[in-house]
Amino acid sequence: MDSSTLLGITTFTYLFSTVLYTIFYIFKMDKLGKVATWFTATALLIQTIAIGLRWWESYEMGIGRAPLTNMYESVVFFAWTIVALYLFIEWKFKLRIIGVFTVPFAFLAMAYASLSTDINKSITPLVPALQSNWLIAHVVTCFIGYAAFTVAAGLGIMYLIKNKNASSTSGLINSLPSLKVIDTITHNVMVFGFIWLTIGIITGAVWANSAWGRYWSWDPKETWSFITWAIYAITLHVRFTRGWQGPRIAWLAILGFISVIFTYYGVNFLLSGLHSYGSS
Amino acid sequence: MKSSNPFWNFFASVKLALFTLGCIAVTSIIGTLIPQKEPMQFYVNQYGSKVATYFQLLDFTDMYTSWWFLALLGLLSINLIVCSIDRFPITWKQITQDNLELPLERLEKFRLSASFNTQLSEQEVITTLPNMLAKAGWKIESRNRDGIHLFFGQKMPWSRIGVYLVHLSILIIFTGAVYGQLNGFRGSMMLPELQSSSTVFPFQSSSTINLGFTVKCERFEIEFYDNNMPKEYRSLLTVLEDDQVIVQKEIEVNTPLKYEGITFYQASYQPFNDFIFTIAESTNSPTIFTGEFQKEIKWLENNVSFGIINLESVRDQAVRLKIWFSDPTGEPSEFWIDAGEMIEFQRGDSVYFFSAKQRYATGLQVAKDPGVWIVYVGFLLMISGLYVAFFMSHKRLWLIIKNSGTKTQIEIRGSTNKNQAGFTTRFQDLATALENEL
Repeated sequence: MDSSTLLGITTFTYLFSTVLYTIFYIFKMDKLGKVATWFTATALLIQTIAIGLRWWESYEMGIGRAPLTNMYESVVFFAWTIVALYLFIEWKFKLRIIGVFTVPFAFLAMAYASLSTDINKSITPLVPALQSNWLIAHVVTCFIGYAAFTVAAGLGIMYLIKNKNASSTSGLINSLPSLKVIDTITHNVMVFGFIWLTIGIITGAVWANSAWGRYWSWDPKETWSFITWAIYAITLHVRFTRGWQGPRIAWLAILGFISVIFTYYGVNFLLSGLHSYGSS
Repeated sequence: MKSSNPFWNFFASVKLALFTLGCIAVTSIIGTLIPQKEPMQFYVNQYGSKVATYFQLLDFTDMYTSWWFLALLGLLSINLIVCSIDRFPITWKQITQDNLELPLERLEKFRLSASFNTQLSEQEVITTLPNMLAKAGWKIESRNRDGIHLFFGQKMPWSRIGVYLVHLSILIIFTGAVYGQLNGFRGSMMLPELQSSSTVFPFQSSSTINLGFTVKCERFEIEFYDNNMPKEYRSLLTVLEDDQVIVQKEIEVNTPLKYEGITFYQASYQPFNDFIFTIAESTNSPTIFTGEFQKEIKWLENNVSFGIINLESVRDQAVRLKIWFSDPTGEPSEFWIDAGEMIEFQRGDSVYFFSAKQRYATGLQVAKDPGVWIVYVGFLLMISGLYVAFFMSHKRLWLIIKNSGTKTQIEIRGSTNKNQAGFTTRFQDLATALENEL
């Protein structure tokens, strides 16, 4: 059994987790909720083993590097962090319904990683610029931030659904947590993500300085990470100083997430495309 | 500090800060869509001459150093300073004020409250309460006033400065950036192997910078993985002052050489058409020659001639070389060697040590940034400030002890500046515990 097989399995287990959480939510089957949690935890364990195995395989190939260095591996790690963070939130707030709005993101990430033809799945050695101890610190911190923002966006969507049908007596709406609770968790998760994104940008800056002698050069990736950072900084400030809550914060959580995805994915595939087109 | 100065109030407003930060974020998108710092002709070809002229007029072609972008950053800095000066006195008062002197009506207003009666006398309550609260982690002061006995305890009042630390850290980072920009430089050097130079070509100007010392490239090499991807670029550099070797270091990408505040980074390389030969006879110290492909090189003192007559390359790298070698002991010999490998061979009574490799120039990025440590201090302060600002809260607790005839009434008030939900639970647990024990 190699890491690719295990990661392929993970894709389907996250799909199945999503289905379990959804059935649990729609049919209010509390026992199934527990099954969903245990199943998701097992899927996370399998994925953890797969990532560890990929690390070990890289040593077997004589390359020896952390599995965090290309688009494929980062998407896999992104999914891992989303699920790990979600399970932590479920345990902390005892709210299983959040799974319906967050685990699908992990599935989509894994499905993209497994099925996309744009990204290279093989274990390739590191070019000289990436051979640094800052690599792991930078990638891990950024992705904890990204995962938190993804969960926050999931919560934001949940808030808006509940808010739009506030007067509804439908069981589906009623079984969502109260608006206040969703709002509070969204805020907490955003704060958590903001701190990790800050550390991620800082470790990136320190790394850039040790590799090229410049901690900040306004390249598109850096600029977009700053834009994302600014969106969340503004969100936290309007909440603290202008008392914004509820739907506005939910929309900002979604806007922030779009910026995260653009920083992470769009810059690599859209802007670099623009640039390479521009320079040809 | 309420000011009637509208100018001051303008710069102290959070609205302005949010607006400025928003503008910085939105305008910085421009530079990610339009390639930066290209020659004018590039923009003309790409966007047409009319659009290109507008781009140049608005500095969109180098926007992050444009006057308007720097003005936005400056505005944000002024805003942060004024805002902090405006608010800090209030915060300082909240940290240092005598909470036992707060008017009782103010205490009534705190959101968290609980009260209960006990059969114990007022005196008994006053003697037992401090110990019970100490067990729960509250250090308690007390005072008799207005016919009541007031207890007060607080946790982490200084955590209120967290947000100021974060704002200060941004100013420190900006200061470091400006200081580095004014007192440092960034440039490049292209050093062919075996050559030295003390001149740096800065990126932003056409003049040159004299280092005040000399850097020599002793050797440059590239290592490849089996799949031909580059594994490492490596240069052996020597720093010389008055022809004296001061430092020697092998640099790689991610491990630069630092000397006198100037850092030399491995950035690029360039293969040359000539070759470097190292040759020694028995144990004598080696002599170094340079020469071109298929040219005869003469080592006059030993009456030796040699040269490269054939080679194998992978891309622009010569990996194997066929050497022609002649000395007075007999017929010239021809043999293949790996580039850079030192070989030993015997001809007649002489033992030779010989190696040959293609010559490269190493491309160094040279940077002097005396502001970088200020920036790093800002980074550390920002992380710790965020931690304090978000995860530490100023929690306050008052207990009002009143004698009401045969009973003693205990009223508890609590407040926290953050994490209301968490503190509410702890407050209620504490109130219940006190009620049960008294």
